[in-house]
Amino acid sequence: MAADKVDPIHQFHIHTLVPIHIGGYDFSFTNYALFMVIVVVIAGGGLYWACVSRSVVPGRAQSVAEILYEFSASMLRDSAGAEGMRFFPFILTLFMFTLVANLIGMFPYFPTVTSQIVVTVALALLVFFMVLIAGLMRHGLHFFKLFVPSGIPIVVLPLVVAIEIISFLTRPVSHSVRLFANMLAGHITIKVFAGFVFSLGTLGALGVAGAILPMIMVIGLTALEILIAALQAYVFAMLACIYINDAIHPGH
Amino acid sequence: MFVSPAFAENATAASAQSKTTTATQAGHSGPEAFPPFDSTYFPSALLWLAITFIAFYIFVKRVVVPQIGGVLENRREKIASDLRNAGRMKEEADAAIAAYEQELAAARAHAGEIGQKARDEAKIAAEAERRKIEASLEDKLARAEKRIAEIRASAMKDVGAVAEQTASLIVEKLTGGQSSKAEIAAALSSVRE
Repeated sequence: MAADKVDPIHQFHIHTLVPIHIGGYDFSFTNYALFMVIVVVIAGGGLYWACVSRSVVPGRAQSVAEILYEFSASMLRDSAGAEGMRFFPFILTLFMFTLVANLIGMFPYFPTVTSQIVVTVALALLVFFMVLIAGLMRHGLHFFKLFVPSGIPIVVLPLVVAIEIISFLTRPVSHSVRLFANMLAGHITIKVFAGFVFSLGTLGALGVAGAILPMIMVIGLTALEILIAALQAYVFAMLACIYINDAIHPGH
Repeated sequence: MFVSPAFAENATAASAQSKTTTATQAGHSGPEAFPPFDSTYFPSALLWLAITFIAFYIFVKRVVVPQIGGVLENRREKIASDLRNAGRMKEEADAAIAAYEQELAAARAHAGEIGQKARDEAKIAAEAERRKIEASLEDKLARAEKRIAEIRASAMKDVGAVAEQTASLIVEKLTGGQSSKAEIAAALSSVRE
């Protein structure tokens, strides 16, 4: 019974809210699906509501929305240049989605959408194929110059090309696992320390006194996790910007 | 990754079980798949992610970006137009200052001209006055000199008669006798010569 309460994996359980089965596949509306909707509503509604007055001198909410907007814009412009701004709506969507998903996950009892590897893999593959298709559409076969850095001696060129191709193909793996693992590990760590608080708290007066240490730890970790939630959303969007730069400027 | 052995262990057991257990209830019923790797829910997660993410993308592209972009663009334009206005006003102020300076310089030049003219006129007038006074003074001087000469001449003419009279009186007193007028006149003229 107590094992249930302190099970650090319990928080990641998926349960069906509205069962939907099509063609033998389970497309049920789960608690994670609900939170995807909530994330989108908060992120989209927040951005819309903050700037609905369209004032020249911004209020607090509008300032925040503008900062998020300009932050994403400068992130993309700095790494992919002015031509990359075509992808700006996508980057803003990606950044806001991951940021809000990560931050909402910090609320107790709220599932973290980005702690499901299928979600981060899907987003990373979306970026990967978008880069591949945009690069091929824009540069044709010249896009594959990406794998041939200039100024490399012909002797080591095959090796370098092989490394470049491998690193290109493994991008979605590192891209998705970084976000997923950060979210997963952070929430498990918090849960483990919170479990210590609970377990010690049931052991009487001495236990309650001893529970103060893990409690402090949980507070510190929560602060750290909020930082990581924002940071990993930034890293995820930043890497997408860098990959998009490859689609636009394949030559090194 | 520290979860992978657990996953490997559970995956085989759970894959058979998960379809039945998760459908009835998720939770505490023995070993089952580590939830993030439970492929039962992958289609559901992908579908709902696609729906929500695409909806969010369309909303951002259609509504959010034009709105916030419009706000920022408006602000940029406002700042740019304000700067333009400020620049224009500064130019106007500069022009006004230049005009003022020019007028001031012209006025100064004019004032100098007037002053010079007045000075010149005064000089000329003074010169003329001086000449007139000089001329009249010379005239007076000449007349005075002439008069002095006349007085002197008439005085010199009388000197002879006075000398004869005086001489005859002196001779009379000294000698006690009379002397003729002609003698005295001759003596005097010889002295005077």
